Amino acid sequence: MRSATRLISTGFAAMALVASALAFGSLSAVRATEPPNPEADAKAFQKYFTDKFPKVKLDDFVNGPYSMNEDLRKQWIEKEEFPPYDFALDAGKELLAKPFKNGKTIADCFPNKGIGIRQNYPYFDEKQGKVVTLELAVNQCLESNGEKPFSYTKDDMAAVTAYMAYTSRGKPFDIKIPKDPRALEAYENGKRYFYTRRGQLNFSCATCHVQAGGERIRAETLAPALGILNAMPIYRSEWGGMGTISRRFTSCNSQIRAVPLKPQDDEYRDLEYYLSYVSNGLPISGPGARP
Amino acid sequence: MRNSFMRAAIFTAAALLTTGIVTARAASTEADYKAAYAAADEANNEAGKLRNQWTTAVKALKDARKAAEAGDYDKAVELSKHSEELSKAAIFQANEQKNAWKEMEIR
Repeated sequence: MRSATRLISTGFAAMALVASALAFGSLSAVRATEPPNPEADAKAFQKYFTDKFPKVKLDDFVNGPYSMNEDLRKQWIEKEEFPPYDFALDAGKELLAKPFKNGKTIADCFPNKGIGIRQNYPYFDEKQGKVVTLELAVNQCLESNGEKPFSYTKDDMAAVTAYMAYTSRGKPFDIKIPKDPRALEAYENGKRYFYTRRGQLNFSCATCHVQAGGERIRAETLAPALGILNAMPIYRSEWGGMGTISRRFTSCNSQIRAVPLKPQDDEYRDLEYYLSYVSNGLPISGPGARP
Repeated sequence: MRNSFMRAAIFTAAALLTTGIVTARAASTEADYKAAYAAADEANNEAGKLRNQWTTAVKALKDARKAAEAGDYDKAVELSKHSEELSKAAIFQANEQKNAWKEMEIR
């Protein structure tokens, strides 16, 4: 019986892979390699979602499932009276200003002391030659001042980035791709990661958040990819606490039975770069609360 | 009486044969396990190089190790082979997606 179940599960995975190979194999040969054009990508990305959901205003996509479902929206509005991320905001404000052993603070590492700057992250750092996310910048700040880095997935990291997002609410994402081939490569790498199927379930990020965005998976309404990072970090009832973008990416991978990469690995930072760029112009709404 | 003796003899022979077959199939050794585990581990590492390990393949490998530690080599071999099959599917997926991802792209 156990063997039969395994055979079925392996067979199912193999069939899914072969089917997707057959479906796409012939088409991929037809499509010529086109030069990267992030601006055109962002335009097409936003158009896809506004066409798919003509009743949803562009700025409202940052509210994820609440922009898709009237009942959920009502619950959310009530929840926002006493938002579950409130404690994180207090803790984050304190952490931002808490002096290190050398007297400096996290705020000292950021422009405008970390207030109202969330919309500019991630950015491509030409000196480091890589994408720097807000989470990475916080830990680089801690380490360069001789402090222990935070866990990337929750607790202090979620708190400090929640406060920084809160002070940036309403500011439109303004992600830039400098004229540096490495920046464009990082953007393309992020795009590739977003659309690549992985894990035993043979899902990509796009399977849930493009193809099935707005639909239900069990009891959950899937958020569309447009504006999905504008609400980060989030309090998730499912997690029973706050979670960062790193937590979201790693848990998504586990759910599709793919071994997650390490938080802030190149692929995740590049994915954040791509997803943030294509949501340029949409306002920061974080921290968010999700079921 | 004679018929009943014959039936008993046939039943006994069948039972002995079945047991023999099962015993022959079930006789995995530590060496069988080590070979199966090595192949599964290699496939899992290959999937890792492609940044596409499957959680189910990793779990099956872990469970195979536990079964071998408990002396159940049949189970350990079966789990190792299952893990190898899963990792090979992961490798196929990663290679196939090197170009196929573009078909999902919003343009």
